[in-house]
Amino acid sequence: MENSEQKSNSVARKIKEKIFLGTVMACAVLAVFPLVLLLGYVIIKGISSISPAFFTNLPAPVGESGGGIGNGIIGTFMIVLIGAFFSFPIGIFGGLWLAESGKGKRGFWIRYAVDVMSGIPSIIFALFAYVIFVLPMHRFSAIAGGFAVSLVMIPYITRTTEEMIKMVPRTLKESALALGIPEWRVSVSIVLRSAWNGIFTGVMLAIARAAGETAPLLFTAFSNMYWNVALDKPTASMTVQIYTYSISPYEEWHKLAWAGSLVLVAFVLTITVLVRKFSKRITYG
Amino acid sequence: MSWRKQINKLEFNPDRAFKNMTFVMAAIIPVVFCLILLMLIWESIPSIKAFGFKFLVNSHWNPITDEYGALPYIYGTLASSFLALLIAVPLGLGCSIFLSEIHKSKLGGYISTMVDLLAAIPSVVYGLWGIFILGPFLSSTIQPFLGQYFGFLPIFQGPPMGLSLMTGGIILAIMILPTITAVSREVFQAIPNNLRESAIALGANKLETVKMAVLPPAVSGIVGAVILALGRAVGETMAVTMVIGNRPEISGSIFAPSYTLASVIANEFAEASSPMNLSAIFEIGIILLLVTVVINGLARILIWKIASKNQIQ
Repeated sequence: MENSEQKSNSVARKIKEKIFLGTVMACAVLAVFPLVLLLGYVIIKGISSISPAFFTNLPAPVGESGGGIGNGIIGTFMIVLIGAFFSFPIGIFGGLWLAESGKGKRGFWIRYAVDVMSGIPSIIFALFAYVIFVLPMHRFSAIAGGFAVSLVMIPYITRTTEEMIKMVPRTLKESALALGIPEWRVSVSIVLRSAWNGIFTGVMLAIARAAGETAPLLFTAFSNMYWNVALDKPTASMTVQIYTYSISPYEEWHKLAWAGSLVLVAFVLTITVLVRKFSKRITYG
Repeated sequence: MSWRKQINKLEFNPDRAFKNMTFVMAAIIPVVFCLILLMLIWESIPSIKAFGFKFLVNSHWNPITDEYGALPYIYGTLASSFLALLIAVPLGLGCSIFLSEIHKSKLGGYISTMVDLLAAIPSVVYGLWGIFILGPFLSSTIQPFLGQYFGFLPIFQGPPMGLSLMTGGIILAIMILPTITAVSREVFQAIPNNLRESAIALGANKLETVKMAVLPPAVSGIVGAVILALGRAVGETMAVTMVIGNRPEISGSIFAPSYTLASVIANEFAEASSPMNLSAIFEIGIILLLVTVVINGLARILIWKIASKNQIQ
């Protein structure tokens, strides 16, 4: 009697465990699905419109075929470069300060601000850039877009820089100081230099992230149908082009949106995969 | 003695100058945050003065009569984020339990890489995919099915629609999945192995080990992960704007189109018709900013707590 009860109990336990294992395994399989579907469709739908002309041409008007995203590629490049110009010094030197002397209360609040900034929706940065650049200049500009994007990049760069510098062994720094090298030279030539590989991965991730941002550009860099390399003029970007094409009613433009997405995803994923390969420590925070 | 100190202070000291320079760079970050907050408040003063607290509970958004209320957007943001959590939390937790407790292998590594890569895909690409693939799929198969068999529930009523709250919620779920899996995986990995070993020594099988030894100490970390993901979902702009239908209505059904705080900024800001309209959009920006800051602050505290606990152990 007791024996059979024990037996049924253990059978129930085994069944429960099997159900549990099946469920979590199904979760893991399901979780992979979206990436496969997303990449699959982007490749299938985008590849047919990719040609050399796609990278060099201007967008074609409705009804004409053979349009490209040449100006968007240039524009995205410009905007990311401006973003880098604003965010690199703040991120790298700010991260250096946090790692070297950010132990006290000031360090705590700055670190907290970095965390808060990384959680702010990028559309808010666009509002800020609009007030700072677009209102006084009375027009949309690449510089406004670049500034908005830099606010997205700053938390990434600051955080990775701080983490990477903290991994530099103290002994390295101390032996440099013992040789009589001034403190600031030690910071720049020893500490930053030896952490550089790690910082570089953070920088690359920030660039990939910035290139994929749309919301900060909508009413800062706006868009442009033509070539533009002036910093103070409305500038096209790949992401805003994909956005306008995909919500338009025209079949040809939808094709361009898919092809543009393929280029963008290829660029962003290449950077991300390479970075992950070289450093296992980077997480997406 | 004292004159020497004074001269020392006057002299250019490269070390001190460099340190001050790096401090200024670091200090720019909180300053920028404060400026953003002040700017938003300043720009939305007309709207705050005109509508006051009613802004939050009024459900009319009418640029023609210059009457603005944010309730439909607040509803849309909450509903789409909640839907996303409902899908992504069980899925993400199951996935990370599988990866960190059940199956630690090379294959598991590939799975976690693939989930992590979701975080790298630009949101406009999610939007594109949502408009042309997910939306039509939902409106042609899933929504009619749900309507037919579960149509007695108010959330599944109404005609099937591709651009709807449901599409927005599912897209958001996919986008926050990497956050939930990555953070909860870290939390699980931070749990000391001797807890698991004690459970196994008591004769627990895998399910019981997870229930007894892994989940209870991980609760606060998991809650942190969920709140962090909520912050992402609330702030996500482009993908949601593209698939949620952008209609400021409060409807009980998830088949109906909706509108979120972030989307209304993205859609209407450039076309704002009057200064009051612009000001109202800035006020929406304040709501969005405060909500995300509070959510993220909570999440950080919870995650920090578990991190520091583990350091002590």
